[in-house]
This record gives sequence, structure tokens and C-alpha cells, in this order.
Amino acid sequence: MRRARRSLVFLLVIIVGLVGLITLGVFRSDATWTPKLALDLQGGTQILLAAEQTDGQAVGGEQLQQAVSIIRQRVDAAGVSEAEITTQGSQNISVSIPGKVDDATLQRIEASAKLDFRPVLAVDIGVTAETPGEEEATAEGADAEASASDAESTGDQAAESDASQDDAAESTDDAESTTDTSAVDPDPLPEGAGDLAWITPELQEQFDAFTCTSDSVLDTRDAPADRPLITCQDNGLKYILGPVELEGDVITDAVAQAETTQTGATTGGWVVQITMNNKGTETFGKISTRLYGATEPQNQFAFVLDGSVLSAPTMQGQILDGRPSISGDFTQESAKALADQLKFGALPMDFTVQSQEDISSTLGSNQLQAGLLAGLIGLVLVVIYSMFQYRALGTLTIASLAIAAILTYLLLTFFSWRQGYRLSLAGVAGIIVAVGFTADSFIVYFERVRDALRDGFSIDGAIENGWKRAFRTILASDGVNFLAAVILFILAVGNVKGFAFTLGLTTLVDVLVVALFTHPMMVLLGRTRFYREGHPASGLDPRRLGAIYRGRAQFRAPVIASKGAGKKNARSQREAERRQTIAERKAAESSGTPATTTAGKES
Amino acid sequence: MARSFSEFGNALYTGEKSINFIGRRKTWYTISAVLILIAILGPLLRGGFTFGIEFTGGSQFQVHLEQGQDRDPQIAEEAVREVLPSSAPRVSQLGPTDIRVQTEALKDAENQEVTAALAEGYGVEEADVTYSFIGPAWGQDITRQAIIALIVFIVFATLVMALYFRTWKMSMAAMVALFHDLIITAGIYGISGFEITPAAMIGFLTILGYSLYDTVVVFDKIRENTSPGEMSDRRTFAESVNLGVNQTLVRSINTSVVALLPVGSILFIGAFVLGAGTLRDISLALFIGIFVGAYSTIFIAAPVYAQLRQDEPSIKDRDAKVLRARAKESADSDADTAESEAATAR
Repeated sequence: MRRARRSLVFLLVIIVGLVGLITLGVFRSDATWTPKLALDLQGGTQILLAAEQTDGQAVGGEQLQQAVSIIRQRVDAAGVSEAEITTQGSQNISVSIPGKVDDATLQRIEASAKLDFRPVLAVDIGVTAETPGEEEATAEGADAEASASDAESTGDQAAESDASQDDAAESTDDAESTTDTSAVDPDPLPEGAGDLAWITPELQEQFDAFTCTSDSVLDTRDAPADRPLITCQDNGLKYILGPVELEGDVITDAVAQAETTQTGATTGGWVVQITMNNKGTETFGKISTRLYGATEPQNQFAFVLDGSVLSAPTMQGQILDGRPSISGDFTQESAKALADQLKFGALPMDFTVQSQEDISSTLGSNQLQAGLLAGLIGLVLVVIYSMFQYRALGTLTIASLAIAAILTYLLLTFFSWRQGYRLSLAGVAGIIVAVGFTADSFIVYFERVRDALRDGFSIDGAIENGWKRAFRTILASDGVNFLAAVILFILAVGNVKGFAFTLGLTTLVDVLVVALFTHPMMVLLGRTRFYREGHPASGLDPRRLGAIYRGRAQFRAPVIASKGAGKKNARSQREAERRQTIAERKAAESSGTPATTTAGKES
Repeated sequence: MARSFSEFGNALYTGEKSINFIGRRKTWYTISAVLILIAILGPLLRGGFTFGIEFTGGSQFQVHLEQGQDRDPQIAEEAVREVLPSSAPRVSQLGPTDIRVQTEALKDAENQEVTAALAEGYGVEEADVTYSFIGPAWGQDITRQAIIALIVFIVFATLVMALYFRTWKMSMAAMVALFHDLIITAGIYGISGFEITPAAMIGFLTILGYSLYDTVVVFDKIRENTSPGEMSDRRTFAESVNLGVNQTLVRSINTSVVALLPVGSILFIGAFVLGAGTLRDISLALFIGIFVGAYSTIFIAAPVYAQLRQDEPSIKDRDAKVLRARAKESADSDADTAESEAATAR
């Protein structure tokens, strides 16, 4: 009795707590009172991209994560809000964008991603709205330094002016670049990538007008490799960069390390240690020789990924061993982030569209409405059926289902706010199936209580005894269900995931509701006269259930079933004795005073 | 009706009325064997399963019309043929207002033309025609993942059930019933010619959950009836199993009805109001699956379990003792065996 009240209070606390959390979320952050909808319900475009290295090799897990973040930046830059970008399987990236997507955005999303090295020709602050503070501007790019890890300069200081032997920089006039840059190109084209002659008055003009907004950076990634590039870094600086001098795929590794001094003591700072292959070592050696000691900002060197500058460290020495390290104002996290970008962005990736679907929102809402309507019709039928089967107990089924519905709704809303869960049609189907599973728990429970009544337990005893057995069954069967949901959620992709999530959630809710609501309510109801005396309409009428055993081993003649023959009586009485197990007898004896229902003949 | 139903429950509970599920297992096995045979041969005769565009790859157009506009599929077919004379488009009505046209994978230029032709044919703006392109790899990806999930789940579920019931034979019996359900459901899909879409696969995966769920509920009662402390000295093992099935029969009927009602109403609305779509595909698989799942628990899983265990020496000895006692008793008593209790399982 007290336990029952406690359980109900506990359930109330859970519900009020959830409502409170969501209310807080609505006022303090971006929570909503309804679960967010997936694309198939709200309409939009779903694109499935397969990421592949340009040389046709498969991408690895880490690289795929990097690819996802590249795609995310592209989508964000396109000003698309609420896009959802996830990995699917081992090499697919799924991009879900609400609303219609124009072709330009699509092409940006599909473009190949690569990492390049370009020399810096000019730097300026690229944010007009708010000039970043001194520290910010020099945070990690402008002030970062590349230093030779062994600081051994071989003394070949004679910087060759035409140092860059890189094919990319060998500009040939036959390359008719797609973008119309001819207007700003110098004539003739300069020899080296670091040549200031690239900055024509027209280019300078463009540069002056350039501000670092997300849109402006978008178009930079398609810039031809043999032409200068105006772009930004995320710290708000804008650059004029020379043509590509070295391609990113020369990087074989990049790791974040604790910074050490010459003697090997740690300084507490972090550096990004890069390792290059032979070709990279040679070319980078030449570049560093040229840049070391040059005037600001031409002694800087930019790592450009997907059109924007990751970092533009100053050359602090000649680096001939192919192991430059970037030091600066790094924390462990920012160093690791940069190292990952360099390492996994180093290999150029191609994205091919596997599928692209336009999903109309009207259809989704039609389906949702129809689904909800069907669910409602189904629920009404369930209600009618359980009233018919369980009489007044049917109301408990309905109340329990209602509580389960409220909990499920609150949890979905909560997860949609905190975890970005989105309700899809498959999820709706999962919820509707859950009606069956959830109702089954009540049915198993009621049937067990009835069985206990048939064994002659008093109402209280029957409820306790039935509950013990039923709860065990409910836990076992829901356990199997939950197992299915978890495995599907972990292993499956796409739509199936959303379905698995609702299945798992409703299973948990089911156990909660049956333990914290249905059973305690039943205990309380069992105290009322209506149920205690087994009113015919209560659904727990011992006479109707043919209860035989009454308390301490007293048997009474069972009610004869409609077609029952007298002969069978004796048999079923024997049967009843037989069925009494030791455990049941003990339970019956300890269940207090037996109910004093007199046997009445049914008409 | 309700009264007689609860009385029916009483009679089942006491064993006064008993349906001999275990003893007549040969009958059920035969029925199931026939069903499985049909489920395998039927789709073969129809030329295999119809896979949705997600598995085959291709282009898909969707024309959004206003309520009440002419939705004749013929128009779409003609529009596509205008552009691609050799194409055999699949046209279906979607929801109350949309037309869906599926073709083989098209080139960009062809898309534009088909879009224009469709818009013209139905007299709508080109903006009302949406276009999707689906590569064949996508469906393969989903299928592969689903199959991996299926295998992992079956292994885990077998282990969990074996631990819970403390006998691997219950796991085995449950799995036999599970495969029975999957084959039959897949067969009905193949025979009805419904497309196999990712949504249908979700339905399949749910069936496997439901089938086991239902079996666990009934097996839990059987476990109770056959646990050493509970076994009556007057019933053979097979009869105890049978009693368990009978005692949970009311619950099985009630649960199946309650689970089928919402799914049935979705299926109804899906099939008659919405046309093809996620909901219809999922609910068809579920409807069949819940029905077959409830059937297989009672008619397949329980008999198979009884059969697996009845030859264990300890159980054999017990059964022999029970039968001897019974023979003696019936010789003594007035031999009222008009309505036999569960027949001895052979």
C-alpha cells in the first residue's frame, strides 16, 4: 500500500521532471514542445554521398569523419540551417537538408576536397563588422611558427628565386581556367608562386573589397591551382595566396605533441608535428629556404583545405628533413584538431552522389496525419476490446496506455532537443507497434492476477502473486525486445535506426509504466470495495473466474461452467488440489484473511 | 460472449478444457510445411521478389497535383515514352494528390525533358515535379547492414534466452518458430507482389522481435509449469507443456487482437487512402508477422520444445511413472475418460 503510493509519486516526479526540463529548454535554449520531424515528414532533400579517395582507394573511419566535417562546413557555409549530416556504413555520408536545395549548393557539396600549400602574398583583417581583438587575430594562425624540429640549417641560404619546381606552380598559358581570372592576371605570368607580381591592381582591389563571410569563402575552393587565391581563415584574417606550390598528399602523418625545448623539457604548449614523404621533403625544403627570412608576410605559408586557410605559420628556419612542426598558441584540443585536418585532409577525396531524393512535405504530412489517425482508430479499438474483455479493469489499461503515451511523447521531445533525434515515418510505425507490446504487458499481468484468483487467492494475494509472476515474464520478453532495438540501433543505417530508437524507447517506457503505474494502481484499486468484493463488472469477479480454493485449504464446489457436467466437478476439484503447489499454498496461507465471498450460483 | 470467454479461460486454466497442441503436432507441422513450401515456390513462380527502386537504383519523379485534378497514370506513361520510347516506367498513385513515376537511371538532360513532359501532361508547374536519383549501392548498403544486425541479434537472443530459461532447447524451439515466421512473411510478400522497400525491411526486423517476444511470454509459463518444484506427478512432460500453452491461450488471443488492431487500421488506411508508402509497407509486414508470430508460438515453438526434451532420460522416467500411475488409477476408477486430457505425446 505504502509502496504503491511511493511508486506513483516517483512516476509523477519523473513526468514533472521531464516537463520541467523541457520548459526550461524552451525558455533558455532552443527546445520545442514537439519532437523535430525527419525529412520524410517535413520535406526536403536527402543526398547520399560516397566518399572515395581520388586514387580510388576506400576511405578509412577517421578520414570519413574528416569528410563529414568538410561537408558540414560546406553546408553551413551555404547558409542551410538544420541540416543533418551523418555517416552511413563505411564510406557513405548522408546529408539531409530541409526544404529545396539549389543546384549551386549541390555542386558545392559534391566538389572534391583537397589540401594544398600556398605561399602567403598579403594579409589583412577580413572582418568588417567587428575587428577582432589583438589576441584573437594572432591566436593561432598569424603568429604560428613553423620551426625545424632539429633546427639544423644546412646553411644553403642562397634562396633560389625560382625555387618552386612544383608542377602546379609551373603555370602554362594553355590552361584555360574555368573562372574568368584573366582580367586580374598579370601579364606575363610571374615565374614563382611567391612572386608579388601576382598582385595586380585589380586583384588588390578585389582583395580590399573582400570580406570574410561564409558566402565569399564558398567560391574559393574551385580556384584554379595555378592562380592566386583570396580567402580567409576562421580567425577573421583574409589572405592573398600564391598558386599551389605543394599538394597535401605529401603529408604522411600529422600528430599533436607536447612542445619541448632543445633540451627535451616540456614547455606546456602543444605543437603539430608533420611528416612528409620524399617528394614533399624535397619541395618543402626549397620552399622553406626561400621563405625563411623573407619579409612579412611573405615568409608565411598557408595550408589550405577545401578553400579556406587552416593555418598560415611563419617559416622559422630551413626545413630539409620533411618534418616541419607548427607551434603557436595551441591547446591540446586545437593542436589535435589541426593535426587531424592535415592528416586526414591530406588525401584528396572525391564525393559521388549515390542517391538524391526530393521529398515533398505535403506527402509527408499526409502520411503523418494518416498514421496518427490510424493509430488513434487502433487505440479506440483497443479501448473497446479491453473494456469488453476486462470490464472496469479496462479503464486501467486505458489509463496506463495514456501514461505511456505521455511519457513517450515527453521523452521523444526531450531527445529531439538534446540528442537531435528526429521523428520519421518509420518511428511513427514503431510507436504504433508499441501499442501492442505495451498492452500485452497489462494483459499478461491481468491474466496472471486472474489465474491467481482462480487458484483461490483473495484479491490482495492474487494481485501480489500475479504481479510477481507477470513482472518476471514482462522483464524477460521486453528484454528480448530491447535487445533487438539496441542491436538494430547500433548496426543498422538510415531509416531503420530511427525505428529502432522508438522501439527501444517504448519498451523502456512500457516497463516503467507497468511497474510504476499499472501495478500500484491495481493495488490501490484492490482496496476498494468494488474490486475487493469482486463486483461482476470489475473484471476480477472470483465467482466468474471459477475460483475454487478459499484460504486455508478449504475447497468449495466450483461454479459449473455453462456446459459443465456434474462429473467434471469432482475432477476439477482434484485438479485444483493437484495444481496447488507448495509455493502457492504457502503464499495463500500467508496472504492474510481469505475473502469471505460466499459461493453463489450464477444464473 | 465476454462471460463465456472468461469461462473458456477458466476451463483452459484448470485443464478441464484442453486443446491438444502438443499431441497433434504432426498436423501443425504439416500445415506449416505446406505454407513454407508455398512461401518458397510462390515467389519463384511469379519470377522472384519485386524490389523497390532503393535496391535496383533508378530515377524517380513525383508529381504533386491539386486535390481533384486528373490523376490518370496513363498520362505519366505517355509523357515518359515521349522522351524515352523504350522505357517501361512504373507509375503509382501516392497519397491523395501525388503521382510517382519510376524509371531506369536517367541522364541529366533526360531528367529535364521528362520533368517538362510530366508537368505539361498533368498541367502543373515544373516546380511541382520533384526528381530523385537513387544509386543501387544504397539499398545494398542497407541490406548488408540489416543482415549483419539480424545475425548478431539471433546469436545474442539465443544466448540470452538459453541463459534465462536455463535450457538451450527453448532457444532452439524459439528460433525454429522465428525462421518459420520470416519465411512465411517473405513468401506472402513475394506472392502479393508488394515491393520490397527499406520500409518493408523494417517490418521484417520487427517481426523477428515480435516473434521472439511472443514466444518468450508463453515459454515463461511453460518454464513455470515444468520447473522441478512445480511439476505435477499426474502429468507427463508434454502434458505440462500443453497446459502452459492452454493457460496462456487467452492472453495470446487478447494480445494478438490488441496488437493487430492498430496495425490493421494503418494497413487499411495505408492501402486504401494513402497508396504506396512507408506506412503501408511496414504495416503489411507487421500484420502478417504478428499473426504468424502468434500462430507459430503455439503451434510450432511449443511442440518443438516438447519434442526436443521428451527423450531426455530423466523426463522419460518421470513420464513412464506418471503413465503407470494413471493406468492403475483408471483401472480403479470409473474410467471417465470421455474428454481426455492431453494425450500422451509420443
